[in-house]
Amino acid sequence: MANIEALKKLSTQVRRDIVRMVHAVSSGHPGGSLGCVEYFVALYKVVMKHDPKAFTMDGKNDDLFFLSNGHISPVFYSVLARCGYFPIDELKTFRKLNSRLQGHPTTHEGLPGVRIASGSLGQGMSVAIGAALAKKLNKDNAIIYSLHGDGELQEGQIWEAAMYAAANKVDNLISTVDYNGRQIDGDVETVLSLGNLKAKFEAFGWTVLENKNGNDIEKVIASFNEAKNLVGKGKPIMILMETEMGMGIDYMMGTHKWHGSAPNDDQLAKALLQLEETEKDY
Amino acid sequence: MKKYTFTEKKDTRSGFGAGLSELGKTNPNVVALCADLTGSLKMDAFQKEHPERFFQIGIAEANMMGIAAGLTIGGKIPFTGTFANFSTGRVYDQIRQSIAYSGKNVKICASHAGLTLGEDGATHQILEDIGLMKMLPHMVVINPCDYNQTKAATIAIAAYDGPVYLRFGRPTIPNFTPADQKFEIGKAVMLNEGTDVTILATGHLVWKAIEAGEALAAKGISAEIINIHTIKPLDTDAILKSVLKTKCVVTAEEHQMNGGLGDSVAQFLSRNHPTPQEFVAVNDSFGESGTPDELMKKYGLDSVDIIKAVEKVISRKNK
Repeated sequence: MANIEALKKLSTQVRRDIVRMVHAVSSGHPGGSLGCVEYFVALYKVVMKHDPKAFTMDGKNDDLFFLSNGHISPVFYSVLARCGYFPIDELKTFRKLNSRLQGHPTTHEGLPGVRIASGSLGQGMSVAIGAALAKKLNKDNAIIYSLHGDGELQEGQIWEAAMYAAANKVDNLISTVDYNGRQIDGDVETVLSLGNLKAKFEAFGWTVLENKNGNDIEKVIASFNEAKNLVGKGKPIMILMETEMGMGIDYMMGTHKWHGSAPNDDQLAKALLQLEETEKDY
Repeated sequence: MKKYTFTEKKDTRSGFGAGLSELGKTNPNVVALCADLTGSLKMDAFQKEHPERFFQIGIAEANMMGIAAGLTIGGKIPFTGTFANFSTGRVYDQIRQSIAYSGKNVKICASHAGLTLGEDGATHQILEDIGLMKMLPHMVVINPCDYNQTKAATIAIAAYDGPVYLRFGRPTIPNFTPADQKFEIGKAVMLNEGTDVTILATGHLVWKAIEAGEALAAKGISAEIINIHTIKPLDTDAILKSVLKTKCVVTAEEHQMNGGLGDSVAQFLSRNHPTPQEFVAVNDSFGESGTPDELMKKYGLDSVDIIKAVEKVISRKNK
């Protein structure tokens, strides 16, 4: 069993990385990044079979992850770096000229750990399905993971992909929705309600798991374990993971305001007071 | 004028189907995806021979492009098949982000391009696809001229590592290129050496250029005819060498003038060797229903239009 205390400490450091990264360039998306910290820490530290020191695009026999809502790149980059995919110090280049850490993740600059560009929403589930089909053709039993925003589900391509995955029994795929209920313009419910999301995915033929506390790392790991037990049973698997946008920083929670804006100097200081430096800052 | 003959007329889409079927036998990494147009794309042979490597996506082209991008991760070489309209404009952002920017080894194979789709009309007759695709950084754009060349191109692009747009069509047209002619991406094919004018043609317009060349020869005009099967990367060496000799050029394509082959040629020549040029292409217009032959005549894409363009450009050169 993973050392939960160590994972919690890492999560706090990842949150420090996120706010420091977006503060440094006065841009980026802290809200969703902060809400998905436990998901990423659990996935990369506990759940996935992967080797950060031997990254290859094909990832033969490795579990693969695809980030569909690419704007939460800060949490992705921080966790990749702190797992050893690239030097932690490189986090300071985020969104700067000549960086491998582009505003939205890309393969274009050759950053280890990234297998597809994302940012324009709605495309990642299709890509994950393709990678899952390649695994099957290659008789590779590893699992494909993908993460999606809830607002992102307003894109039609998601539902094309969801229909395909169920109809073709893509059962080596564990997708997760970051169900934080917020998007740029406000609450998802107000902007364009998703209705009964669980019923929708079930009607599309997926096995749907619900996690009411996606910021509790033990519960996140438990959801992943439950999902892994469903792999190979004929259906794609969806985890609806409820999170709090801006989690960990009091003034960023309970609002959509910090979806895509960075803290100023004072706000950063206030945020860092709430987040202990558990591993060394970059 | 070199004499070109053919024993039969065939459709270029069948050349694609034959090439794909051959690839299925020789390259186990080749996979195929289709969005409910298997028969139209002539992908049925591959589907039958390699059902485990064929993916019927349904009418969901955006999803098809994403799945194709994902299949490359794991070493597959995906060939997507649907009409040119649904292969490009409909899924431009998916191609841009998940395939082109991500550098994925996907072959986007597009049938029923241009006016020669015929009776279905303008909703399906895309004349902008070459432009859309050539604007994407590092996208290779190929538009072969007949059945044999389409088959050869299909086989050749599997050996190239990177995204490719392969454009072909529906009508049966003269199949005149040698069946054993090797297809080299980006290497233009000299069809007839001449001295008075260079005709650069692509796709279905290549045979029209040959017809025009014969008529021009009868009038005492010596046309150099080059088959530009690859619009990007453009064989600029071949083009420059030819216009240095002929000092004028006509481009011919079943595409909008904006964004097509002529546009690429003009851009190259204006920067390197400004040359009088005339364009045989659709001029800022949608198509309409009609037979392929009627449409090619009405929209000025016939051999007679190439002849007129040649006469005009020669008169400009001589001014």
